[in-house]
Amino acid sequence: MNPRIATLAAALAMAATATSTALMAAPLKVGMITTLSGGGAGLGIDVRDGFLLAVEQSGNPDIEVVIEDDQRKPEIAVQLADKMIQSEKVDVLTGIIFSNLAMAVVPSATARGTFYLSPNAGPSALAGRGCHADYFNVAWQNDALHEAAGAYATSEGFRNSFILAPNYPAGKDALTGYQRLFEGELAGEVYTQLGQTDYAAELAQIRASDADSVFFFLPGGMGISFLKQYANSGIGLPLVGPAFSFDQGILQAVGEAALGVRNTSQWNKDLDNETNAAFVQSFEAAYGRLPSLYASQGFDTANLLLSAMAVADVSDRDAFREALKAADFDSTRGDFAFGSNHHPIQDIHVREVVKEGDVFTNRTLGLSLSDHGDVYAADCEL
Amino acid sequence: MSNALIAEQVLNGVQSGVVLFLMAAGLTLVFGVMGLINLAHGSLFMVGAFAAAVTAATTGSFVLGLVAALAAAAAAGALIEVLILRRLYQRDHLDQVLATFALILIFSEGVRWAFGSFPLFLDIPSALSGTLMLPGDIPYSRYRLTLIGIGLAVAAALYLLVAHTRLGVRVRAGEDDREMIAALGVNIDRLYTTVFALGAALAGLAGALVGAIQSVQVGMGEPVLILAFVVIVIGGIGSIRGAFVGALLVGLTDTLGRLFLPALFALFMDGPAAASAGSALSSMSIYLLMVAVLIVRPTGLFGSRT
Amino acid sequence: MRERLINALLLLGVPLFALWAQVADEPFMITLATKVAILALAGTGLNLALGQGGLVSLGHAAFFGIGGYAMGILASHAQSYTPLLDGPWVIEGTNSMPVIWLVALIVSGLAALAIGALSLRTSGVYFIMITLAFGQMFYYFAISWPAYGGEDGLSIYVRNAFPGLDTLDPIQFFLIVWAWLVVILLLVASLSRSPFGLALNAARQSPLRAETVGIRPYRLQLTVFVLSGMITGLAGALYADLNRFVSPSMLSWQTSGEIMVFVILGGVARLCGPLAGALVFILLEQVLGPVSEFWHIFLGIILLLIVLFARGGVLGLVAGRERVRV
Repeated sequence: MNPRIATLAAALAMAATATSTALMAAPLKVGMITTLSGGGAGLGIDVRDGFLLAVEQSGNPDIEVVIEDDQRKPEIAVQLADKMIQSEKVDVLTGIIFSNLAMAVVPSATARGTFYLSPNAGPSALAGRGCHADYFNVAWQNDALHEAAGAYATSEGFRNSFILAPNYPAGKDALTGYQRLFEGELAGEVYTQLGQTDYAAELAQIRASDADSVFFFLPGGMGISFLKQYANSGIGLPLVGPAFSFDQGILQAVGEAALGVRNTSQWNKDLDNETNAAFVQSFEAAYGRLPSLYASQGFDTANLLLSAMAVADVSDRDAFREALKAADFDSTRGDFAFGSNHHPIQDIHVREVVKEGDVFTNRTLGLSLSDHGDVYAADCEL
Repeated sequence: MSNALIAEQVLNGVQSGVVLFLMAAGLTLVFGVMGLINLAHGSLFMVGAFAAAVTAATTGSFVLGLVAALAAAAAAGALIEVLILRRLYQRDHLDQVLATFALILIFSEGVRWAFGSFPLFLDIPSALSGTLMLPGDIPYSRYRLTLIGIGLAVAAALYLLVAHTRLGVRVRAGEDDREMIAALGVNIDRLYTTVFALGAALAGLAGALVGAIQSVQVGMGEPVLILAFVVIVIGGIGSIRGAFVGALLVGLTDTLGRLFLPALFALFMDGPAAASAGSALSSMSIYLLMVAVLIVRPTGLFGSRT
Repeated sequence: MRERLINALLLLGVPLFALWAQVADEPFMITLATKVAILALAGTGLNLALGQGGLVSLGHAAFFGIGGYAMGILASHAQSYTPLLDGPWVIEGTNSMPVIWLVALIVSGLAALAIGALSLRTSGVYFIMITLAFGQMFYYFAISWPAYGGEDGLSIYVRNAFPGLDTLDPIQFFLIVWAWLVVILLLVASLSRSPFGLALNAARQSPLRAETVGIRPYRLQLTVFVLSGMITGLAGALYADLNRFVSPSMLSWQTSGEIMVFVILGGVARLCGPLAGALVFILLEQVLGPVSEFWHIFLGIILLLIVLFARGGVLGLVAGRERVRV
């Protein structure tokens, strides 16, 4: 069933049975623009499902969620944002997965007085000079997981890494982020083509170099292809990467080829806190699959919003903003706090891909960075 | 840059060319014989990969997966040929473009509706995993060697088919003069459906073979479709030989470009900028090759000069 | 003639709809109407080359994107107060729409001249592919050009200025776009009836015969290709202004394909074909979208039905066969 209709129906039902105290708070309208079709749909679906789960569990009758599919196209995302702001008159926008769509939508949305909570994309432009009082990022700043990978590689004693990423801004950020905290040398630095599926050429280069480790950022299908081909190449060097290539949705498609890979993430399903345990269990019960980090981000975003709603009304923008900044909610990651530029200051863990029964998943090994902020906060005037 | 690296890259170029040939052969046959521009060819590639993934997952056999890929793609091809494409042969190329574009939409979302939005798992059989030591101390993936073998075998089989069988005779005659062979009593409908299904089966096979080392997901066929068109244009439309040569050229240009161009830029630019510029130019290299070929030979290398 | 009536309905209907939306305080509807108009303009450019000239260009997104980037580059330099070029000549960015349009027209015209000169040496499917190749080259170039955002694209925070109007007001921007569409349609209409247009059509139908009466197809085709590129380039600049955003996806082959779909859907070589096609496509998108997550399937089925049973596109279905294909 169309999730948007389901959500509206649920909200209406809840409103109909709510007690009169509901009349005191004005209903808050959330516009979720996310990727629900095409190749990148898995991420958007996870974010949406996590978000809606939190909304449903809260039982809050005053929140209405409108969901639209951006088809991973920036122009469509811009038009949907216009529609949500002008037509639907939403108070808060959220949902965008990909940084290029976020860059198209967020600056003009916040300029027009709409709050934006990012459940995923964290481009550096919006963390530094482009930061805005009404923009909050609940997931991470794009560089964070890569920096953690660099720190982990250094702590493991790797001295000579071969690094690769696709030739687009997020890819360049990934390699820059890795090198920021990696203290060794680079055996090679390669930019692959966006959407490239055959890595034979790059693998031959890795083989020919004298690297002792490989770091890669290849989200989605690119990562699946690379991992399969790497496993088959016989190179056997340790692999490090950010969680984006090892999330729950991707692992099933990669299978054995990913076993043993170390990846960095701010969240894993075995993080030891009550909120997380309840989240994992209820997500699996509701949707029949294990949550990924994207789902946890959607869940946390909704809970942040709900926590602000409990304290302030969205029509009092200053109070609402302060409530959001306070981030007084139970996060699946344990403690959660915003830095001065409204990006998270959080622990980043190292995970290892393992097989539990029939399912491939991640097991937390330890901490890579604790209370880690981002370097762009210095450029932000907030 | 060692000789072993260059040798390995040449093999990689051949392997990627051979896979492209599987796609391009079907496309060039369909265009040559029926004059049909088929944008949905990439969707047949995807159908083959998904059929293989699902079959391999339920039966545990990669070979059965390949068989399923061939069958599913051929069936899908035959179905759309009979139902839809048959009515478009007499129509303008533009109508064919619109119709096959609509088919891409239907296939993509249809597959997503049937199999979900997450990529599927397909792995190479363990018998073919790992590497083989080639002369010159080059470890090369066993599976990729198998791919090269399969591709060459298919090329040989297609050659035999077109040059030495009745079907082949009809295909060649049909490319030359459609009305004439109908007048001579050949059942055009059946010929066309057979040719289309054959092309579709090849695309499905390519999808399954490639899906094992790449990602089986919605939209996987679109980049390959564009490359396949580039190949048949370079090779000359309607020519299987052209498709073979064109595919190898494209595969080698792409692979060797990705190796040499960043190194070339590194001679006068620093690290990240050279890597980035090299990557950009290598993305364009295939198109530059095509433009160069077309300027010298406006109908492709082996295309008919009418 | 029925087609004249349909054209009049379209040309009056869309602005009336926009005015109604203004009165009913539905700014998003005006934005939709503006999007239809801009895509119609892009399609009209393509239709000039495709329908009149018989040149099937699958790389027209190159011009669409060039226009868009002309706007993006000039406006971004204006909003950051840095000049494009510091020497030998100082070129400042600009926020003024007329200047941006002029630049977009010139640059896309020059690009069309270069691409056309090389591509017109081929014909048929080879022409289609070589135009596609050029489009792809521009696309990959834009992705790798970090100065202007690369794959992330460029965001322009304010809409550019037109003297005397508040361009941020949706209805005023719509009227600017609509004025352009009408002007271009008049231009195309008079072009097709002019000696140039007649010669071009003759060259399209039979180049050999045209040559025997002294018409030189190459020159005519190149001219129409350049004009066509300029019109699509202008549409690109307007589209970037509408979305306040430009990205390499405006240069992709999928965009080329979409523009071609509008043209074919509406009816090739019909004056208001691209307008009808863009209108139908956007309507379908809006109507089918909320129905199901998999609405692309329904869109595909409807497009298929139109191709199979409506010869000559939507206008062909509604307005009947053309009396004379001019």
